[in-house]
Parts: sequence; structure tokens; C-alpha cells
Amino acid sequence: MQEVHVDNNQTAQEIYLDNAATTPMAPEVLAEMTDKLANVYGNASTLYGLGRQSHTLMENSRQVIADSIHADSDEEIIFTSGGSESDNTAITQTAHTRQALGKHIITTAIEHEAVLRPLHALEEDGFRVTYLPVDEYGRISLDDFKAALDDETILVTIMMGNNEVGSRMPIHEIGEILQDHQAWFHTDAVQAYGSLDIDVDRDHIDMLSTSAHKINGPKMIGFLYKREGVNFPSLIKGGDQEEKRRAGTENVPAIAAFATAAKILTPEAKAEKRERFHGFKNQVVQGLRDKGVDFEINGSLEGENLEHVLNLWIKGISTYVMQTNLDLAGIAVSGGSACTAGSIEPSHVLTAMFGADSPRIAESIRLSFGRQTTSAEISAFVDNVAAIVARLSHSEVK
Amino acid sequence: MQDNSKIRVVVGMSGGVDSSVVALRLKQQGYDVVGVFMKNWDDTDENGVCTATEDYKDVAKVAAKIGIPYYSVNFEKEYWDRVFTYFLDEYKKGRTPNPDVICNKEIKFKAFLDYAIELGADYIATGHYAQLTRDEDGHAHLMRAVDQNKDQTYFLSQLSTEQLDRVMFPIGDLVKPQVREIAKEAGLATAEKKDSMGICFIGEKGHFKDFLNHYLPAKAGKMMTVDGEVKGQHAGLMYYTIGQRKGLGIGGDGIDNEPWFVIGKDLEKNVLYVGKGYHNPHLYATHLSASDIHWVNTIDRGSDFHCTAKFRYRQKDTGVTVHLSEDGQQVTVEFDDPARAITPGQAVVFYSGDECLGSAIIDAAYNRERELQLI
Repeated sequence: MQEVHVDNNQTAQEIYLDNAATTPMAPEVLAEMTDKLANVYGNASTLYGLGRQSHTLMENSRQVIADSIHADSDEEIIFTSGGSESDNTAITQTAHTRQALGKHIITTAIEHEAVLRPLHALEEDGFRVTYLPVDEYGRISLDDFKAALDDETILVTIMMGNNEVGSRMPIHEIGEILQDHQAWFHTDAVQAYGSLDIDVDRDHIDMLSTSAHKINGPKMIGFLYKREGVNFPSLIKGGDQEEKRRAGTENVPAIAAFATAAKILTPEAKAEKRERFHGFKNQVVQGLRDKGVDFEINGSLEGENLEHVLNLWIKGISTYVMQTNLDLAGIAVSGGSACTAGSIEPSHVLTAMFGADSPRIAESIRLSFGRQTTSAEISAFVDNVAAIVARLSHSEVK
Repeated sequence: MQDNSKIRVVVGMSGGVDSSVVALRLKQQGYDVVGVFMKNWDDTDENGVCTATEDYKDVAKVAAKIGIPYYSVNFEKEYWDRVFTYFLDEYKKGRTPNPDVICNKEIKFKAFLDYAIELGADYIATGHYAQLTRDEDGHAHLMRAVDQNKDQTYFLSQLSTEQLDRVMFPIGDLVKPQVREIAKEAGLATAEKKDSMGICFIGEKGHFKDFLNHYLPAKAGKMMTVDGEVKGQHAGLMYYTIGQRKGLGIGGDGIDNEPWFVIGKDLEKNVLYVGKGYHNPHLYATHLSASDIHWVNTIDRGSDFHCTAKFRYRQKDTGVTVHLSEDGQQVTVEFDDPARAITPGQAVVFYSGDECLGSAIIDAAYNRERELQLI
């Protein structure tokens, strides 16, 4: 009875512009993953040949990953199930390990939920959390940061770049300031990892979270970088894998595929991506202007941004209506996280930038580009948005 | 087969078997079908968790099986403002409202229709048991369903032809067992699902008294006969409907075994009137007055005409003569034969043969010159 039948009409996305949510696997990544799934199945903790084979593959991959962020040693890389687990581990375990030194944590108002929710839980346990405000471009002020820092601060967790509006945080400056402070510095680099050149020594980063599926790797694999000397017990209790820092049999085929995805992202490849994606942003903005669509950017095209994320306020058209119409036209964009109820949770990022009463909260969409995105797809997106806007402003349905 | 692929039909999918079969049939007929689940009532729990309702999961299962995209839309605010406040106001006046009639008028065939048009719909379709015919001018006429047991034109009687012009009722030609059979053959997850209770905010459990008490403070008072004999206490006038027998708690009086019925309410004195016998004369009216008149098609029938009518859902038609006031805002409906338990707040729905002409909301019932119920 439970035969699965999914008509292509239902799922065919001709144009995928939600690469900040997840990305398709790169062909070479898929090939690596498939090969290792089929051929390297030994448990990496075992002492016989198949186990050693897995172990070697895993350790070679760990070195590739360590190099990708200029870590001093591959021992500073802990493989996890992804960004959420890395964030949870870095925050919760640090707080509990270091609470004798103080119970104050600094973060921003626009972090991902995987950072905010563990912090909310810590607040219930008596920790004090400062949420740095952002301006209308989604940026924090270093003066605010300095003012918030005190002798009780044990952890600073600030994202490298925002997933909804693409604003970048002054990671290097924060790292410099924290040089003379007890607080450990964690950054959620889940969105930034695929396009920025990361150097944990240059920026004095103590902990850093990433996820493979945002960089054309497989889902449910990521890593947490932790500088030598930064120690905490495993969030997940169990076996002694990952130097006792993360229990559970390692997913070696996914780890190998993750390394393959990371290797593709050379500094040159990332620079090329940034330039191409910046061009897409300009193409969208110019295209919508040319077609007379009334819109504004949530964030900015100027200054330092993640180039794959573009958040648009399409004035007068609800997020849900725009997103649904685009979906019916075969174009996938993000409209925030939806309840099953048909209402969309108001974005805490846009709320922090513009206030809860701003019409932008209910009338914005996010598009995000990926390696497969083409200029023709951007044109099609622009044409469709313009057509939807024209149709909706002509149909006097009220 | 006619090419319907360019005609987009947005189906209001409730997660029940009827709307599931609607979506299936339209898809089989080649339409560009889009499923939309409507959420009109907030059942979020006290932790603020935005819960996935079982119904929406069923919509997802059925839509995936049929191969159509599906979405959900939230009309909680619209429902609260346009239906629920009306519902409470009517109860406050001691009347027994019919929220489904207003929900169809204001939400399913207005807010939802508007939303569907925003999604590029040419039509919306629902799982209502009713049929439409289109006249030479292309205007829709509302007709009873083939399944007379299930006919829902009563609830659709406040819709206008302008609304119905963009509507399809694809299962109005089927009887319920056929609908279930089609769903079963197609392997739809909802094939054996129990029918819902109707009024969406009360839910399946139907703790109606508790529910109402949550919004309207109940004021207990005396239960008495028209002769002033106190028979007990009532829990609050809003909990009782004219003609109701159950829940009065009046024991036998040792004279006969005739049961007691609610025959009237006095809101000012907070008195519930009861009378003995199903055929208690106080329950029988010769005519009624009604307002909020709505005709599906604006056809001049003159100020006085004969047709049939229902005074509540699932009742046989009664022959009536309609007298419209000069301004068309009031109507007096005279019955061919006395009618029992006419209830203010319910709709009086007019029919000509199988065509539903429209309806009005009942204000008062009369026996010759005497107004009933507010005795």
C-alpha cells in the first residue's frame, strides 16, 4: 500500500536559488561519496585492515579540512553532524566548563537559531547573555562590543556572515580585541566557509563551526575547529571517537566527500565565486529596476558581504504569496521558516534590522546563489518577479 | 479529452476524503491543480509551539500521491474578525448562530478565493456537496447535490454568483460512498478518514459548553414554564437551543412521561422557558421574520412569491410564501404548514426545485400575531 509515487511536476525546480539553505552535491563529491560508501565501510576505530583503511581516509580528510582554515594541526578538527551540533557543542560545553571564570556571553541579535537556542537555554541556567544590536545593514558596532565585554565574559560567539542578509561581522577586529581577554572566541562560519578565505590564526579564532552541505558536500556532516588548549567534554556521551571529543562512529564516506568539496574551494575558486555572485546581485537589482519593480535591498551591496546571499523587500507583496508564486513558476527562493500553519515566523534578523513593525518583515524574500547558478537563471527570476508583481497589482481582488 | 492544462484550479484541501477526491478528479481531468490547506483557528499549545496538524500531514500525503504542489495559508485573523466575533455576538444576543454559513461567505469563498487569485487561479474548488450550472450569460446557479443526505447548499446559500463564477464543486455529482470508493481505489491516505465535525474551532472533541464558557461567562438562572412554575436551574441561556430536549435535567412529574423541551428564552430576565411534549404549541410557528437577505442570483421575483425553504441543515423543505419589505432588507416568510423549533440566528434558505435561491438570517418566529420564544 505504501508505494511512493512522486510526480515530477511536484518537485521539479527548474531554477534553484536557495543555496544558503543547502546546495546540490558537486559531481566529484558525489563520485567520492558513492565510491567510499560502496568500498570503505570499516569502522575507523577498529584494529584490522578495513578499519585502518577507513581511519587513513578519515585522517587524510581531516588534514585537508585543517588546511582549508589554516589550522595549525589536524588535531584541532572535530567532525560533527553539521553546523547545529558544532554550534551547540562550542557554546554549551564552553559555558559549562568555564563558568567558574564568569557567566557572561556575548553574541549578536542575528545569529542562527543553532546559536541562539543554546544561549537561551544557558540563560535559564543563570548565564548572562548580551545580544549585540545591528544597524539597518545587519552590522554590529565594535564600540558596542567593547562596551559589552567585562571580566565575567567567558565566551564570544559571533557569526562570520549572516545567512539571511549576507552581512559580515568584524571577525578580525573582535579576535584582536580578545587577544588580551579570557573569553574564548567562537564563530559560526557555516555560510562563510564556502566563499571566504579563512585563517583562524590571523583572526585569532578559538572555535569555528561549518557544515558540508552548504559547500556542495553531503548533509549531516560538518566540523568544529577548536584551537589547541581549548578543551571541553563531548556534548554527546559515548565512545572515545574524535579524541573523546565527539562520541559516535565516524561517517567516513561523508567525511571523505566533505574533504573533496573543501578541496575544490581553492582561494582562486572562492574569489571567482565571489565575483560571479556579486555580478548576479547587480544583475538582479538592475533587472528589477529596469522593469519598474518597487523594491529595496535588506542589507547592502556596498562594503563587506557574503556575495551569495541577497535579501529583497518586494514592496506590497507578502513573502508567502511571492514565494508560492515563484514556486509555481519553478523557482525556489527562501521566505523564512514556515510553520505548517501557513504563517511564516517573522525573521528575527529583519526584526533586529528594521523593528517588528516594518513591512519588510512580511514582504521579503531571500535568494542565494550556488556554483550551478547561471546568468540566464537570474534573468528568468527577474522576469518572473516582474510578471508576478504586475499581475498582482492589476488583479483588484479585495 | 479537453485540454485543461492551462486552467489553474486551487483546491481547498482540508485533509479530509472529500477534498482529497476533488484534487484527484481535477488532476485526472488534466487541470493545473494546486492544493492549499487553510488554517483558520490557532490551536498552538501553551508552549507556543507551532504544531503540525494531523490534517496538514494528510494533505501532504494526498498531494504527494496525486502529484500536485501543496501549500498552506493562514486566515486566523480573518476568521477571528469576520466569523468568530460574529459567532460570539450572536450568542450574547441569545441566538444560535451558524458559523459555517458565515465562514463560507467570508473565508472559504472570499479570503481564500482572493488568495487563490493571487496564486494565478482561474477557479477554486472545494469538497462541498453542491452543484453548479451556468446559464446562457455564463452565470453560476447553485444547485443541490446528487447526494441529498450530504447536500450542503444550506451552508453555501450566502454566496453570490460573482463568487460562484470562479468556483467548482467537483464531487457534487457523487454520493459519499462513491467518494470513499474513489479515494480507496486511488490509494489516498484519507480514504477511510472519519468525517469532521464541521465547525473548525470546536474541533473533534466537541466540548462545546467548555469552549463557549471560555469566551462568554455563563450566567445561571431559572428554568420555568410559561405559567411561571420553576422547574430548575439553567447553566446559562447560550447553552440552549430552541427545541432542545437533552440536558435539561427535569425529571418526570408523575402525570405522564412526556419529555421537556426548550421553548423560549428571556434574555432580560435570564429565564429559560421549557414546555412539555415534542408537539408543544409554543414550538410551532406560522411565519418568521429575517434579515441579512442574500440572493445568489439577483433575479427580480417580485415582492411576494412562493418557494420552498429549510430552517436548519438536514431538514426537509417546507412550502413557504416570501414577502419582501419595500427596501428589500427585511423578509417575512409565511409557512404553508406550521413549522417546529424555528431558531433565531439560523439561516432560512430558499429553494426553487433543486436550485438554492439564497437565504436570510432568522430574527424571530411568530404564531399568528404572537412572537414566540421571548415569551
